Amino acid sequence: MKQPFRTAQGGRIDRSRPVFFTFNGRQYAGHAGDTLASALLANGVHLVGRSFKYHRPRGILSAGCEEPSALVQLEKGGLTEPNMRAPVVELYDDLAATSQNAWPSVEHDIGAVNGLLSKLFVAGFYYKTFMSPKSFWMKVYEPFIRRAAGLGKAPTEGDLDIYDKMHAHCDVLVVGGGPAGLAAARAAAASGARVILIDEQNELGGALLSADELIDGNPALDWVAGIQAELLANPEVRILTRTTVTGYYDHNYLIAAQRRTDHLPRRAAGKTARQRLWKIRAARVVLATGAHERPLVFADNDRPGVMLAAAARTYANRYGALVGKKVVVFTNNDSAYEAAFDLKIAGAAIPAIVDLRPEAGQGLLERARNLGIPVIAQGAIVGVKGTKRVAGALVMRLAEAGEAFADTQPAELECDAIAMSGGWSPAVHLFSQSQGKLRFDDAKACFVPDVAAQHQASVGACNGSFELGACLAEGLDAGAAAAEAAGFPATAKLVAPVAQSRAFGTIKQTWVVPSLRPVGHGKAKHFIDFQNDVTAADVALAHREGYKHVEHLKRYTTMGMATDQGKTSNVNALGYLSTMLGTSIPEIGTTTFRAPYTPVTFGTLAGRDVGHLADPERHTPIHAWHVARGALFEDVGQWKRAWYYPRPGETMEAAVSRECRAVRESVGVLDASTLGKIDVQGQDAVTFLNLLYTSAFSKLEIGKARYALLCKEDGMVMDDGIVARVGPSRFYLTTTTGGAAKVLDWMEDYLQTEWPHLKVYLTSITEQWTVAQVAGPKARAVLEKLTDTKLDKESFPFMAVKDATVAGLKARIFRVSFTGELSFEVAVPAHQGKQLWEAIFAAGDEFGITPFGTEAMHVLRAEKGFIIVGQETDATVTPQDLGMGGMVSRLKPDFVGKRAYTRADTARVDRKQLVGLLTDEPQTVLPEGAQLVEVSDDPALTKGGTSPLPAPVPMIGHVTSSYWSPTLGRSIALALVKGGSARHGQVIMAPLTTGAVRCTITGPVFYDAEGKRANG
Amino acid sequence: MLLITCPWCGPRDEIEFTCGGEAHRARPQDPAATDDAAFADFLFMRTNPKGLQRERWCHSQGCRRWFNLERSTITHEITRIYKMGEQPEASADATSPARQGGQP
Repeated sequence: MKQPFRTAQGGRIDRSRPVFFTFNGRQYAGHAGDTLASALLANGVHLVGRSFKYHRPRGILSAGCEEPSALVQLEKGGLTEPNMRAPVVELYDDLAATSQNAWPSVEHDIGAVNGLLSKLFVAGFYYKTFMSPKSFWMKVYEPFIRRAAGLGKAPTEGDLDIYDKMHAHCDVLVVGGGPAGLAAARAAAASGARVILIDEQNELGGALLSADELIDGNPALDWVAGIQAELLANPEVRILTRTTVTGYYDHNYLIAAQRRTDHLPRRAAGKTARQRLWKIRAARVVLATGAHERPLVFADNDRPGVMLAAAARTYANRYGALVGKKVVVFTNNDSAYEAAFDLKIAGAAIPAIVDLRPEAGQGLLERARNLGIPVIAQGAIVGVKGTKRVAGALVMRLAEAGEAFADTQPAELECDAIAMSGGWSPAVHLFSQSQGKLRFDDAKACFVPDVAAQHQASVGACNGSFELGACLAEGLDAGAAAAEAAGFPATAKLVAPVAQSRAFGTIKQTWVVPSLRPVGHGKAKHFIDFQNDVTAADVALAHREGYKHVEHLKRYTTMGMATDQGKTSNVNALGYLSTMLGTSIPEIGTTTFRAPYTPVTFGTLAGRDVGHLADPERHTPIHAWHVARGALFEDVGQWKRAWYYPRPGETMEAAVSRECRAVRESVGVLDASTLGKIDVQGQDAVTFLNLLYTSAFSKLEIGKARYALLCKEDGMVMDDGIVARVGPSRFYLTTTTGGAAKVLDWMEDYLQTEWPHLKVYLTSITEQWTVAQVAGPKARAVLEKLTDTKLDKESFPFMAVKDATVAGLKARIFRVSFTGELSFEVAVPAHQGKQLWEAIFAAGDEFGITPFGTEAMHVLRAEKGFIIVGQETDATVTPQDLGMGGMVSRLKPDFVGKRAYTRADTARVDRKQLVGLLTDEPQTVLPEGAQLVEVSDDPALTKGGTSPLPAPVPMIGHVTSSYWSPTLGRSIALALVKGGSARHGQVIMAPLTTGAVRCTITGPVFYDAEGKRANG
Repeated sequence: MLLITCPWCGPRDEIEFTCGGEAHRARPQDPAATDDAAFADFLFMRTNPKGLQRERWCHSQGCRRWFNLERSTITHEITRIYKMGEQPEASADATSPARQGGQP
């Protein structure tokens, strides 16, 4: 296939290897070594997409990661990826790309009507145009805007690729493999330091890949190849190409995203991780991240074919692709002259170099004359012909001062591309992310690093040093200094190579080029932010409306907030704002640079932590048995707990009722292994527990347990559990399932920091024990078949703990009850848990023994008014609020929380207190979390719904637990109600959207208030 | 991601640690004798300085030991690390604008 804009020779592409690809369904050919952008340009394709807001035709602006315009959707289905920047997509066989934000096609886009309505889409249009009526926002405006304005489409299928992560450490990390970075890596590596060199491109060389400079008299790329060979031979050096350092965090911690297979045909990628996230800690960092060229802001500067001059030079020199046959060059500095010369040599006609300045740098005019390129000094492009492709440039000469023109009519220069340069912005993103301070260099018209905040140096173009000789010298010095600071002094000083140096010259700070009609008037648009469609008129409007702070301006206009984060636009916007404010750019400052430097896919950030590896799951030793019995599971922390065990065709309600009845009438078994368990040992164990728990343990006998509360210093309940004394100075504690780790940490904190003199040792034993809770009137009969230990009431009373042999296993039995029934918790070493469990079920078969899950447990405990921490409590509830004041010792001089109970707020009598609630209508089950109010006949409350809204009504409490009680044959609820313990018997109501529910306050215990069953 | 030198284990990533907030806020020796205002101060008030702050940290994913460190709340520079029970002299420069970062 013919590539009409391919140069005759040269470039770093492999002309012997064609690569076929499709763009918007049409097949094209490029070459190995092309990017999608260079291949499209070689085929004469400039119209790549439509813009975000106005659906303006857009082409390729740049040749690098800063690209704001040429965004495409790559591939389809599970491989699709939106917003891919064409200049950094390496071409591979059968690549398929499509335009974004265009329908039905990029050539004929209906959304372009937005351009005609552009008066509606000005700065802040979200806040102005779509304000009323209020209800229209969600239903009409927002969906409309979302459809009309946008970029690529997020994938809807699962990602087919795999990703992984690496951690790395080094003495010197060099970011950027251009001349400065290579020099730095070389100097650092020469001293023996461990070096990582990272570059985002497919090969080292940076800007040298696009240029024709000489180093030591030879082509610069020979020098690059020499350094690369030297570094590759050094075992202490790691080179990562196709890798972008995207974040620079505290203490020299940097994140890089490596693209490992993105340049390969998708099917060839196979099982190799597509991208890899590197987490790197470096003793020293050398930033050599280069610079980005800025566009000039002139009338219709976004037409396809208008691009950055250095990019046009890159496409010609590196990729052998001409951006046009006739290219007008427009500049405010010297650098674009090199582009004009190289384009001319590569075969393009240059109708003119239009230079905003009165005078170009030394020698440039002569070289232009020798190449036959006319130079229009003090000229300006005031308009662009052509819509989907540049067809001509309108040029006028400027008067000596101000915005006046020296000509009366523009001259039209016929051309098919315009190469522009508005100066250079050092890529200070990583420096700034590392909290370094910037300063504005007025002579170079850019922000440069000023004060570093971490162990780091910026070298080369990212430091504002645009000349090759300076890049090499700075790199060598910084590399050696970094290695030395990391403990590797240089053995011999390397001699900086000799490079032909082109002076940076002068730059004219023209932030918006004068045009035929003033900014904001007429049809022409002067784009500053190409990706978010922010024009000079938008910035001017924002300024007129009073947005004078740069951070406000940014948010109001959305300038710099697109996926390119304003790499090509921020400085132009600041410059324009400064001219309107009549201040200098340093006075305005710049907006914050944030990670990531370039977009990173979620897949790379997630790595392997997806699917079942996203979060660990904890299973008890009985888990497989629960699964086999058809249990559904509930997540409690990371634990999977059996929730209930439905029989075939059984509803949840029926299953839970059946499980509850089994416990109340015969016997059930709960897997209680997940409860936190802590072994406490040491001569001061009693003292320690007395200081932590609200109750006293001095008199707790060996072989006895006690239910106890842990509170924080503010007196609020934090956790609860059993404290069992199993030896003179040894205790076995349980915690809630979700609170286990927190409680252990909290205890360790006190032990190490408040009472380090106490001799106490804490060990988590949660996973060492499997615990079967056997509950119900037949629990004793079941266990008696399995143990010789006497279980009768006298030998083994309530709250006793004994070591025993159960089913031939060494076990510990706790006679405790969370269901209100006769109940034994049998603990055996975890690996024997399944054996115990099966023995219990075999023994219980004759009693119809039934496994019960956490839902039945919740119902059973609520019938008994037992609390669940985190359900009845929320860190604002004291033991007294729960009616557990009796568990708070008055005799102990001190324990955590004690002092708080005499504070005015905790001592109030009208605090919210735990009560029971019985609905007037027994069938009605209140929703948990329902708000409670005093009884009222306000129809707004009693009739439900949301309109009309009632006048503010004081909320006196809320429902914490609510269930259908199979035992009582009616609904029950627990609630926290203001002054509730003194209000038993009173009626309050829960106003629901379905109408108000009246209920009577009761005590929280609904069943067996005397506790005979558990004690029996 | 801070690099924190655990006094027992050496330099480790911040992800292995938990921060326990401001250090040297001793629990009242005799809480019962502490008046409401003083106790409320202990419970709720923290100095929240702009500059150097001493904090309690625990190497929770490592040796599980608590220790103190001194950190700039502006730059995250860690200027001191010391064991529980120690109380070194205050650092001179509390608001150094340019930090050196990382660990020596």
